[in-house]
Amino acid sequence: MTGKIELGRAYRPSDDVVVREIEGEIVIVPLTSGIGDLEDELLTLNETGRAIWARLDGSRPLAAVVAELESEYEDAEGEVRVDVVGFVQELYDRRMIVEKS
Amino acid sequence: MTAKSFVRKVPSGMSGLWRATAPKLARLDIELTERCNCACLHCSVARPAGDAEAKAREWPTERWQTLLGEAAGLGCLVVRLTGGEPLLRSDFEAIYLHARKLGLRVMLFTNATLVTPRLARLLRDVPPLEAVEISIYGMTRESCEAVTRAPGSFAAARRGLGLLAENGVPFVVKGAVLPPTRGQADEFEAWAAGLSGNAGPPAFAVLFDLHSRRDAARSAGIAGLRSGGDEFVRFSRRHGDEAVGEWGEFCGRAGGARGDRLFICLPAAASASVDPYGRLQYCLGLRHPAAVYDLAAGSLREAVTEFLPRLRETRAADPAYLERCARCFLRGLCAQCPAKSWAEHGTLDTPVEYFCGVAHAQAIAAGLLGPGEKAWAVRDGAERAKRRRNGS
Repeated sequence: MTGKIELGRAYRPSDDVVVREIEGEIVIVPLTSGIGDLEDELLTLNETGRAIWARLDGSRPLAAVVAELESEYEDAEGEVRVDVVGFVQELYDRRMIVEKS
Repeated sequence: MTAKSFVRKVPSGMSGLWRATAPKLARLDIELTERCNCACLHCSVARPAGDAEAKAREWPTERWQTLLGEAAGLGCLVVRLTGGEPLLRSDFEAIYLHARKLGLRVMLFTNATLVTPRLARLLRDVPPLEAVEISIYGMTRESCEAVTRAPGSFAAARRGLGLLAENGVPFVVKGAVLPPTRGQADEFEAWAAGLSGNAGPPAFAVLFDLHSRRDAARSAGIAGLRSGGDEFVRFSRRHGDEAVGEWGEFCGRAGGARGDRLFICLPAAASASVDPYGRLQYCLGLRHPAAVYDLAAGSLREAVTEFLPRLRETRAADPAYLERCARCFLRGLCAQCPAKSWAEHGTLDTPVEYFCGVAHAQAIAAGLLGPGEKAWAVRDGAERAKRRRNGS
């Protein structure tokens, strides 16, 4: 899947993956075929990824996710937005998240 | 928020996945049925496909689905579905899909004869995330069906393989060195390498366990099929001495004698097995009553966190085991384990002469022992193995 993600849109986990929390690790397991190149791999999230992932429930636009995280993290202006956009784009390209319709 | 890599890919096998605590259960092996539509000469399990008594006792779909949920709750990532022939279960697809929707990877062990176009499409659309492992014996109908004793199984297995290949479902094939298939290994390997969808070189079963349900007639039949240690060495050397070099390496890495602890073959929390009737075991082959936990009277969590850790503390009492196996430095080679002891002798800790002989033949080939030496009597065994490992 290709396409640029947009801050004005909401995103949620794809139905094509199963997300599990195991011993403190978020593990994303492909369910259907063609999820990125992950058919022989598992995928886990780092701390940054976890903080963003927890807010990707389709209930708010990405801009609201950025605002929430900016209030929690003391980063240079614009850095949170860059991180969130980078992360969401990566998962979107892998078909692990989809746009909330 | 400073990290630039948000995701971490972990290769199949899960090594390195857990930064802190490993899950309580890494893998669950499920024997969905003991029944099989083949009756392979060397099988340590199979009952006839139409065995109504066995079928009636098998756990129903819902029990398996509940168990899979409990396994996922314990952090399990991989479930092996095996048998008997697991595709004999009419609810196989339901159990498989349930496992995958829980985020479990599925290892499917099958003879491929019952693969249907519908199942192949399912495995394509919802991939198991592990190559399907297919036992297939012999390069001709005659040799294959002399092993399976099931007319039509050769063509059916080839048809099943074709369906998997057409649908892009990765698989590996596994052969066996048996009287009807002896001398076919090279041809089998060449055939496997040319199969579309084949994910790796074939493995061969050469050393066979006796019947794990301790059926004396079946065990006698299997014993008559066994290759000796020298034949095993010759087979392992058919492409060169790489395997022999690895044997020395294994022994050096294994760290010397096993001592009197019996359950050393799997790391703690690595896996557990469940038979078709809901009895949990340390491994698929071990049915000694002391090593079986009835899930109907307990829970998977209790079995994994209390029963199996207690079992792992079991120590050998058999004098012959303490004299020989406990002191033997061929731990990295010898297949001796409670499951083998159970199948051969009905105990957990009686030395199995067959596997002892094979390990000694391997050790002689690897330069770890001289002819006539007994590994348990060698005082510098661990040093020999280390020197061999270091190439000196």
